[in-house]
Amino acid sequence: MRLILEKRSEHSEFMTLMSPLLAIFLTVVTGAIIFALQGLNPLEALYVYFIEPVTSMWSIEEVLVKAAPLILIGAGLSICYMANVWNIGAEGQLTMGAAFGSIVPIFFTSWQSPLTLVAMLVCGAIGGAAFAAIPAFLKNRFNANEILTSLMLVYIAQLILDWLVRGPWRDPKGYNFPQSIPFEGWQLLPTLGDGRVHIGIILAIVAVIILSILMSRTLKGFEIMVIGNSPRAGRFSGFSRKKTVWFCLLLSGGLAGLAGIGEVAGPSGQLQPSISPGYGFTAIIVAFLGRLNPIGVFFAGIMLAITYIGGEGAQVVLGVSDKTAQVFQGILLFFILACDTLILYRIKLLGPVTPQQAAAE
Amino acid sequence: MTEKLSVKGGTAARAEYLLEARNITKMFGDLAANSDVTLKISPGEIHALLGENGAGKSTLVKIIYGALQPTVGELRWLGETVNIANPAAARKLGIGMVFQHFSLFEALSVAENIALALPGDIDLGELSKKISQVSSEYGLPLEPTALVADLSVGERQRIEIVRCLLQEPRLLIMDEPTAVLTPQEADQLFLTLERLASEGCAVLYISHRLDEVKRLCHDSTILRHGKVVGTVNPQKETAASLARLMVGADVHAINSNRVSSPGASLLKLNNLSQKADGPFGVALRNIELDVRAGEVVAIAGVAGNGQSELFDAISGERLSSTAESICINERNCGLDNITLRRRHSSGFVPEERLGHGAVPGFTLSENIILTRHSDDDGLSSSGFLDRAKAIAINERITQDYDVRKGKPDPEARALSGGNLQKFVVGRELDRKPRVLVINQPTWGVDAGAAALIRQALIDLALSGSAVLVISQDLDEIFEIADRIAVISRGQLSEAFPASELSLESIGLMMAGAHEKKDSHITEKASA
Repeated sequence: MRLILEKRSEHSEFMTLMSPLLAIFLTVVTGAIIFALQGLNPLEALYVYFIEPVTSMWSIEEVLVKAAPLILIGAGLSICYMANVWNIGAEGQLTMGAAFGSIVPIFFTSWQSPLTLVAMLVCGAIGGAAFAAIPAFLKNRFNANEILTSLMLVYIAQLILDWLVRGPWRDPKGYNFPQSIPFEGWQLLPTLGDGRVHIGIILAIVAVIILSILMSRTLKGFEIMVIGNSPRAGRFSGFSRKKTVWFCLLLSGGLAGLAGIGEVAGPSGQLQPSISPGYGFTAIIVAFLGRLNPIGVFFAGIMLAITYIGGEGAQVVLGVSDKTAQVFQGILLFFILACDTLILYRIKLLGPVTPQQAAAE
Repeated sequence: MTEKLSVKGGTAARAEYLLEARNITKMFGDLAANSDVTLKISPGEIHALLGENGAGKSTLVKIIYGALQPTVGELRWLGETVNIANPAAARKLGIGMVFQHFSLFEALSVAENIALALPGDIDLGELSKKISQVSSEYGLPLEPTALVADLSVGERQRIEIVRCLLQEPRLLIMDEPTAVLTPQEADQLFLTLERLASEGCAVLYISHRLDEVKRLCHDSTILRHGKVVGTVNPQKETAASLARLMVGADVHAINSNRVSSPGASLLKLNNLSQKADGPFGVALRNIELDVRAGEVVAIAGVAGNGQSELFDAISGERLSSTAESICINERNCGLDNITLRRRHSSGFVPEERLGHGAVPGFTLSENIILTRHSDDDGLSSSGFLDRAKAIAINERITQDYDVRKGKPDPEARALSGGNLQKFVVGRELDRKPRVLVINQPTWGVDAGAAALIRQALIDLALSGSAVLVISQDLDEIFEIADRIAVISRGQLSEAFPASELSLESIGLMMAGAHEKKDSHITEKASA
């Protein structure tokens, strides 16, 4: 008896939806095994990770705060990946968006008007897009692999931010801590209700709706799908691959930059050397878990945000390393990619056969 | 893959047949690619395997060559049951195969390419000597040090044949060998095969060119829908009777009684030249052509002589350097992109259906949008798509052009080759373009679909459009073309009326008779 993969004649809608659910299930099972090996009660540990974050108002708000940047970035990345443009450097674009957007409160300290916030958000998006323009240019001009260039630019962005907050932009009244002046008033995102939730989550939802319409209803979205699926057919269709590379990188970079300034003007309230617990990288998982579909990205963003909060909870309650959350995220991506095989293939169990069959095909 | 060839039994007396495939059935999922197929080949026999595309020829051959294993049935070699686990085992038995698509490295020399296929350490010098010897012995002239990239398709095929001959095969399988050859090159190949047969080597010759089979083969097995429908001596049959066996019904004759009075010039190429795209591309040189309303002009030529480059230049996938070099509908279009050219009432059908003419993972209605998004039929307005309209157009096209599909709007990759070709052709014909350019209209398509497509092309011309067909299939060209030009090494001959040309004269042109002297030599030097 053995298993073989048999190609389907077309992709399976059912498996497209089932694959992420199956992947989540397998991740949970694997997580339970890991916890059991560590001598923890697996059920309790899983409860802390995946259920507890949604049991109290406080932690639900925390989930939304963390989900906002993940959804913003993930939605942009999903469109990039649809076009077969592999922007891995959203973390760097987020960082540069945060730095660019902060120019407004740092240099125009006393400007207080709703327009201040608008200017910050616009600058943030421009900063992220401009930083993503570098891999776009390098790819179109020199055919440089955007996976490498965008990833390497992450470290450059982080070092630039580090230099800014330790050097020219350091708060003179900040007791020498490496941070900018604290933002206030219209330099901060308004909050919703009384809690910590700020309008970043609204921005994320708006982005999801717009991108979802873009991909399903417009010629531009069609163009992106064609170029991603088959560049030769894209050229035959009159679409330009280079323009698509520009569009996707600027869009995803801009959204990452928006998420970056959202972090600074939201939860942290000032520039710090580190402003993100790896949202730009986690958003890659969000994009895949969300089936590269903006609506799916929304739910995937919530899911991954839960693992962040669950990870913090587990650190306190179970005393496990906060890196466990990252392990979960990694395992999840692994299982999604594996389960995605089933979209185009079906598993078949064969009866006993001669070993020669292995040589077939 | 270390599984060795295993020989069981061994009680059989002197075998009558070299190879017997007995009651072979091969299932792919629910589809029986071969069902209960029996094929027998004697030593020294040239045996034809006939059938339409999709009849199961390739599957059977892959089983014999060890690349596939039968679901049911057995193979006998010299009367003994054998288990051919993989191609290496097949070669060890003495089975050689020349594939339709060559597996050669263009950047390596002839000898290096052959060395790669041989087991163990090889002395290139000695091998080169052996190559020269074998190739002159069998009339297959080859220069061992030549770079494959510089060789014609016919020469490349010789490499593959010599590669097989060096292993002293007792059965040589040839998969559609003449599909890529000029008539003269094909003649040369037949002499080689006859010589091999006279020395006792059996040849399994796969083709759907009936005249060749009649001329060359001693026996034939005909497949239809995976089953054997006849084992006949082709020399005693007529081409028509063989075709009936293959297709199952009389082949639909094309109705081409035409009033040939071509009108205004609708597609004009004026001194179109283009540099080669990459080291293995073909440069276009001073191409002149004029296609008028109401006529079908065909461009014949051996594959890889600039056909796809010419297609890309006319369609606008690659822009020309001057606007005047391409004139569609009296508008100089050389600098316009493909969308503008389409809007100027032209349609294009590329050679590759999947991945060029259609996106494999897209539904048919989405593939409608692919080429028609900028037409005036409202598929997109101010950037938004009307998918319902695309579905309606798809319904119309699939009905008009008899595209058979399992569900209303399947993905392109779920369609068979013939049905997808009817779709991509129908998609353009449905726009009623004044100019249609089509590359390999019936490549890899079954006879029924091919007849439908050819008829549709003629009908389009009759309705007053200009049709340019690029094809390697000379039968097809003579069937539908009013005038014929030949392309070789990026140069196009004058277009002659079809009635003035014979197979032989076209063959000479395909071999480059019309080329300007020295031009291709300087081209090589600059490339």
